[in-house]
Amino acid sequence: MSGIVSYGAYVPIYRLSGEVLSRVWGSRGKGERAVANVDEDSITMAVEAALDCLNGIDRTQIDALYLASTTLPYKEKLSASIVAAACDLRDDLHSADFTSSLRAAASALQAALDAVTAGSARQVLVVASDSRLPHPGSASELLFGDGAAAFIVGKDGVIAEVEGSHALSSEFLDVWRLDTDAGPRTWEERFIIEEGYNRLLPAAVSGLLKKLNASPQDFAKAVFYAPDARTHTAMARTLNLDANKQVQNPLFDVLGNTGAAFAPMLLVAALEEARAGDRVLFGTYGDGAAAFSFRTTGKVEAVRDRRGVKRHLSSKDLLTNYGKYIRFRNLMEPEPSLEYRFRTSLPLLWRDRKMVYRLRGHRCRQCGNIQFPMQNVCIYCQARKDFDEVRLSDKKGSLFTFSLDERTPVPDPPNVLAAVDLDGGGRLYGQVTDRDPAKIKVGMRMEPTFRRIHDALGIHNYFWKLRPCREQ
Amino acid sequence: MAESTKDKVAIVGMGCTRFGEHWDKDINDLIYEATFEALEDAGADIKDIQAVWLGSVWGSQSAEGGGIVTGSLASAALSLQYLPVTRVENACGTGAESIRGAAYAIGAGAYDVVLVIGVEKLKDVGFGGLGVIQPGRYSPVYGMGGTAPGRYAMAATRYFARYGLSAEQGKKMLAMVSVKSHHNGARNPRAHLQREITVEQAMSAPIIAWPLGLFDCCGVTDGAAAAVLCRASEAKSFRKDYITIKGLGIAAGPGWGKERTDYDYTSWPETEYAARYAYREAGIRDPRKELDLAEVHDCFSIAEVIAVESLGICEKGHGREDIESGAWTQEGEIPINISGGLKSFGHPLGASGCREVYEFYKQYQGKAEKPSRQLKNPRLGLAHNQGGHPGKFVAGVTIIGAP
Repeated sequence: MSGIVSYGAYVPIYRLSGEVLSRVWGSRGKGERAVANVDEDSITMAVEAALDCLNGIDRTQIDALYLASTTLPYKEKLSASIVAAACDLRDDLHSADFTSSLRAAASALQAALDAVTAGSARQVLVVASDSRLPHPGSASELLFGDGAAAFIVGKDGVIAEVEGSHALSSEFLDVWRLDTDAGPRTWEERFIIEEGYNRLLPAAVSGLLKKLNASPQDFAKAVFYAPDARTHTAMARTLNLDANKQVQNPLFDVLGNTGAAFAPMLLVAALEEARAGDRVLFGTYGDGAAAFSFRTTGKVEAVRDRRGVKRHLSSKDLLTNYGKYIRFRNLMEPEPSLEYRFRTSLPLLWRDRKMVYRLRGHRCRQCGNIQFPMQNVCIYCQARKDFDEVRLSDKKGSLFTFSLDERTPVPDPPNVLAAVDLDGGGRLYGQVTDRDPAKIKVGMRMEPTFRRIHDALGIHNYFWKLRPCREQ
Repeated sequence: MAESTKDKVAIVGMGCTRFGEHWDKDINDLIYEATFEALEDAGADIKDIQAVWLGSVWGSQSAEGGGIVTGSLASAALSLQYLPVTRVENACGTGAESIRGAAYAIGAGAYDVVLVIGVEKLKDVGFGGLGVIQPGRYSPVYGMGGTAPGRYAMAATRYFARYGLSAEQGKKMLAMVSVKSHHNGARNPRAHLQREITVEQAMSAPIIAWPLGLFDCCGVTDGAAAAVLCRASEAKSFRKDYITIKGLGIAAGPGWGKERTDYDYTSWPETEYAARYAYREAGIRDPRKELDLAEVHDCFSIAEVIAVESLGICEKGHGREDIESGAWTQEGEIPINISGGLKSFGHPLGASGCREVYEFYKQYQGKAEKPSRQLKNPRLGLAHNQGGHPGKFVAGVTIIGAP
């Protein structure tokens, strides 16, 4: 039977606390929410979650990649193809973006299950990633978080079988965003909750239960979307669920509502703790609703090496400076710089695509040394074009040396430059992100991370940076 | 069979503008000033010049960016009439290359009298520093944000780590280098920075790129330097106290230091090679004993330490002892950067290599402008010039001395 074969998740390192927001706006914020770094977006977070999910998986078996998000950086231009390249997946791949709805991940998941069941794909990588921009000072600012989740859907090695699903489509308009809007618009809460969410999600769940001839009490865990904690608690009652035993912690106070990635991330959190044979109810909402029932297999307990939601959440830095957050989100006009105008070149990015997106280097067949960038002549032994390509994005290493450059006009100075010696050979030189400059030390453990470097010429220029390992 | 150029080429005239922020001078003014000082010093006329080597990286930079630099830059500034002008560039190591090209042309007998010009007009851009290096082949994303201080600072961090210096100890070592540079600059009327500083000031200065602070970094400078070269056999027709070129070494590294795991950042291999070539030609076996002064490429304080070690003037890892003992001061065993160096004399990129030779030239002639900075009878000098960044340099070593 088709189902989930692997899972992964990503939570950015920064947390913006209600306390910081209260100091700025005089509101009564509590808890904290995960916020993307200045060089992160829905594509880079999707790559992180996907790589977490691909840990130990044979990437050649992935036949399709579906990316779900409401905040993809290009309006016209596929994002899934960028994620697929950064994950170093095969080129003969079905790639598609599922977007425009908070329910996009459910659509992607259903499409993946259908493809696998029909036999048109062996394994499908489904990634949900969102980074919705709340308007400064709005209630959403206390609520929204950024993050991503990923699943591999397949038939072999399933850790959670899909027992069934049920979807509803509705023209109900509650949250929306126009091309020109930075953040979402909405309507009076009493209307959108009572007439929308409170009716549609239960309808999808009861449709599913009817198909399965099941009752709410049959589920060990219930994972479902809600816009906020209060509505979530109320929905648990509506669905006749035991809040203590059955309901997956919605993480509003430590993660925030991560939009299209929210319910998928909660599903990852549930699978992280699931026991063999658990039935998990998964409910998503947006322009209708969709509900799924999973039953975990004995293999679920073997997958415990993911950073997932739990370990990512425990690795964090507090963003105590709201001004910095505003700069991260590009919500103010930066001082114009005479100093530096970013450039880019599409032919150049295309020529170097294996390095830029896949972070592949060369291993010399003569002397065995690994080198990046790729070469014509070995930088160690001068052998000519006698190399094997080697993926470096999944390697870790040690910081050989660094500097903290206050002069480079970056949004979050200093610009940290580093040389990192990779385990097994090779040295990467580059910018360091997700770092506390005061804690950078020679010898510390480092890893590559896919980031948005700059937006020269209206092109999102992605590449790999280095960061202190999320788990030191 | 290749021949040595030792003592075949003479420098018979030199000029150097004051280095600094010349708000009232454009690049033509700088070229004019340095060139005519050199010509007058040689007792030569502009019409005696048969060929020119022009060293400049960006020529005249403005807020709109740099233009294309060709030989016409020299011709236009001096109204040269259809002379062969060779424009050379090796980034900050351009000066060494322009002298080398001119010297080989004289040595080959192609010309009788040639002119070398090094020039840079940097201060019309509207910001401090050199700006951010535009990434190269793997741009626009690989190696983003690498400034000169950011890249040299990686060498400082590594130097501290390798030799077990705490941040405090390392910063102090660098501060002492800068204090010496400022001390020398303060007594040099043509230097950009003419203010003494203290170790405490240097250590507590604002950070430019950790661990390098403000006083660890050279000034960004406008300036030009020029030299008139001829065959040594004909030098006496210009002057008695000319100098000759003893050895020329240039080495372009493969440039993969940042990417090779055996690259250590605490020595400059390109400089080691260039020094080896130049010492061999000059017949130098023990540079520390034989050289009377060395002008080394100290765009940053750490660069002076590593350059002196890489030139074999000091054992690797022992720079700190030399600095603490005062071995590199004017009164010390071997004066390093008595001019103030790139650090305090200033660093108009294309001019620096030529300006370093100018320092020896004037010291040799006893014309150090101020008696307080005049060395006693120096006979052999070294000028070290490099372009690029740690891991990817072109280095030049020029040995000059008494005929």
